[in-house]
Amino acid sequence: MHTTDMSGNKKAEAVAEDPAKVAAFERRVANDEFIEPKDWMPEAYRRTLVRQMSQHAHSEIVGMLPEGNWISRAPSLRRKAILLAKVQDEAGHGLYLYSAAETLGTSRDEMTEALLSGKAKYSTIFNYPTLTWADIGAIGWLVDGAAIMNQVPLQRTSYGPYARAMVRICKEESFHQRQGYEIMMHLAAGTEAQQRMAQDALNRWWWPSLMMFGPPDDKSPNTEQSMRWRIKRDTNDELRQKFVDITVPQAEAIGLTVPDPALKWNEARGAYDFGDVDWEEFYAVVKGEGPVAKERMQARVKAWDDGAWVRDAARVHAEKRAAAKLAAE
Amino acid sequence: MDAIATYALRLGDDSLILGQRLGEWCGHAPALEVDLSLANVALDQVGQATHFLALAGEIEGKGRDGDKLAFHRDVMDFTNCLLVEQPNGDFAQTIARQFLFSHYQELLFAALMASKDARFAAIAAKAVKEVTYHATLASDWVVRLGDGTEESRARMVEGLEWMWRFADELFAMDDVDAAAFAAGVGVDKAALREPWDQRIDAVLADATLERPAARRPVLGGRSGRHSEHLGHLLSDMQFLQRAYPGATW
Amino acid sequence: MSDASKEWPLWEVFLRGKGGLSHRHVGSVHAADAKMAVEHARDTYTRRMEGVSLWVLPSAAITASDPGDAAALFEPAEDKVYRHPTFYKIPDGITHI
Repeated sequence: MHTTDMSGNKKAEAVAEDPAKVAAFERRVANDEFIEPKDWMPEAYRRTLVRQMSQHAHSEIVGMLPEGNWISRAPSLRRKAILLAKVQDEAGHGLYLYSAAETLGTSRDEMTEALLSGKAKYSTIFNYPTLTWADIGAIGWLVDGAAIMNQVPLQRTSYGPYARAMVRICKEESFHQRQGYEIMMHLAAGTEAQQRMAQDALNRWWWPSLMMFGPPDDKSPNTEQSMRWRIKRDTNDELRQKFVDITVPQAEAIGLTVPDPALKWNEARGAYDFGDVDWEEFYAVVKGEGPVAKERMQARVKAWDDGAWVRDAARVHAEKRAAAKLAAE
Repeated sequence: MDAIATYALRLGDDSLILGQRLGEWCGHAPALEVDLSLANVALDQVGQATHFLALAGEIEGKGRDGDKLAFHRDVMDFTNCLLVEQPNGDFAQTIARQFLFSHYQELLFAALMASKDARFAAIAAKAVKEVTYHATLASDWVVRLGDGTEESRARMVEGLEWMWRFADELFAMDDVDAAAFAAGVGVDKAALREPWDQRIDAVLADATLERPAARRPVLGGRSGRHSEHLGHLLSDMQFLQRAYPGATW
Repeated sequence: MSDASKEWPLWEVFLRGKGGLSHRHVGSVHAADAKMAVEHARDTYTRRMEGVSLWVLPSAAITASDPGDAAALFEPAEDKVYRHPTFYKIPDGITHI
């Protein structure tokens, strides 16, 4: 899963840097060359990358919670195994992304601390609750669908470790969206109660999914710089439009209705016109006012705090054994 | 159900309930890497449950598949051992449960590979590789926690204390076990006790821990007499199947 | 909440995809010791049958060449075309060479 940069941060301020180095760097990036950890890079590039990759990693980790909420209640052995494997994948993806960010000199503990203290952001979508089994379908179909749309272009992002992490993630995620759609398909063709469940999930997840692409382009201050640096490869609005165009027919195919009265095929544009996203809600959720934001953070803090003695024990044990080995030599 | 079907059911129930318990950790483990490890173990257990429960249904021959068995029985018809239904507790308690059970499972499946019933033997041959890794993983954590900090040691001791009373049940042979063994299908579980003791003792010694004192065993899981914990686990696990009778998923 | 020195060290993970291939870098994991690093590497990087053998080594043990030296280190090889078989012109009729 994925988040775009939604922190609405200020433009990175200019630091005095050797113009020749900056120019050489910009040239390399413009030529679609990869930047590697030890290469020279502008400080703003480094900072933007750490922020974007760690936000992305946090989203994977927090994103485990809404779906994890249904592992124990998955309705068949097959669904249980699939969901468990999928949520485990999110842990792996968080791990890959933290590792990529660590190559820029920020430790995973520092990033974790930023998340738990509320300083770091993660995708707003995970601050909505999963109420029924259909939400697991909707998340796979819509949220992973939106994520994939964001992530595929990032396989060609300019920072090597990030691009490589994204290649692995995209490969692994290819089943995530399909399993979600399969759940929805099954529910939509099921009993009346199941159909209602599926439509209700689509109603609740549709708009938050559109929000996943981030604020509109005219309110996205970093887009231009990030695109020049190949940290981002399409604008928020371009991706959002693409998502709507691809997803609407998928909903129709299984008899579900996209909850947008303004939705209409525009023959001239060859694309769907759609209604306005509630940006006021979006910014409120970014600020931590999502319906279950507190529960999500509470769960992460608890896991981290409860695990402290385990992490300490393993470290102390390793030190003890290393010392004993040394003494024996 | 006849003895052989019940035998498969027991194997399936053990894996199912343990897999369900381990799944509860997903997203809440002490470190990201540990989250991945626990989920792998859980997935292996759910996979074993899928095979054994399907086999139980097949032998029974009344049209019940694995899901029917997993999601449409009540506590008294579940045949898992009491050990696997114990709550996760803290990480040490989870590791204690895994440690005792995985070594048992490894010995059990190694023996079950020689089953005269090719279906049991095939599942065991696949599963033995999985549980061998589980046993190593759990043993390594027992050593780290036992010989780690003062706090981890105290918690590891506590975890083993909690689980120890359920160890004897793993090796108990009742009529079903005896019949399955006599038919050349099942395993003489009593014979697994000695090698199990040796394995457990070796790891505990490495962990600088004492083996918990012997105590009156708590039995009953195989005949449906469970702890209070199982009912709650089932009400969670079976919720959708119960709330929407007749629906498929 | 955390201080950097308490973090489990970082390990680089190398995986042999199948017999006959060399180990290739696939990523990293945190682990308190080498055995844990192998277990974490296994649980993280081989969930889809990606490999048959793992190496782990502490990230801190890696010495890398300096990107600033790249020109001096690697460009001198550019004009040694005679090291490549295509440099040599052999008439069409000659085989097994």
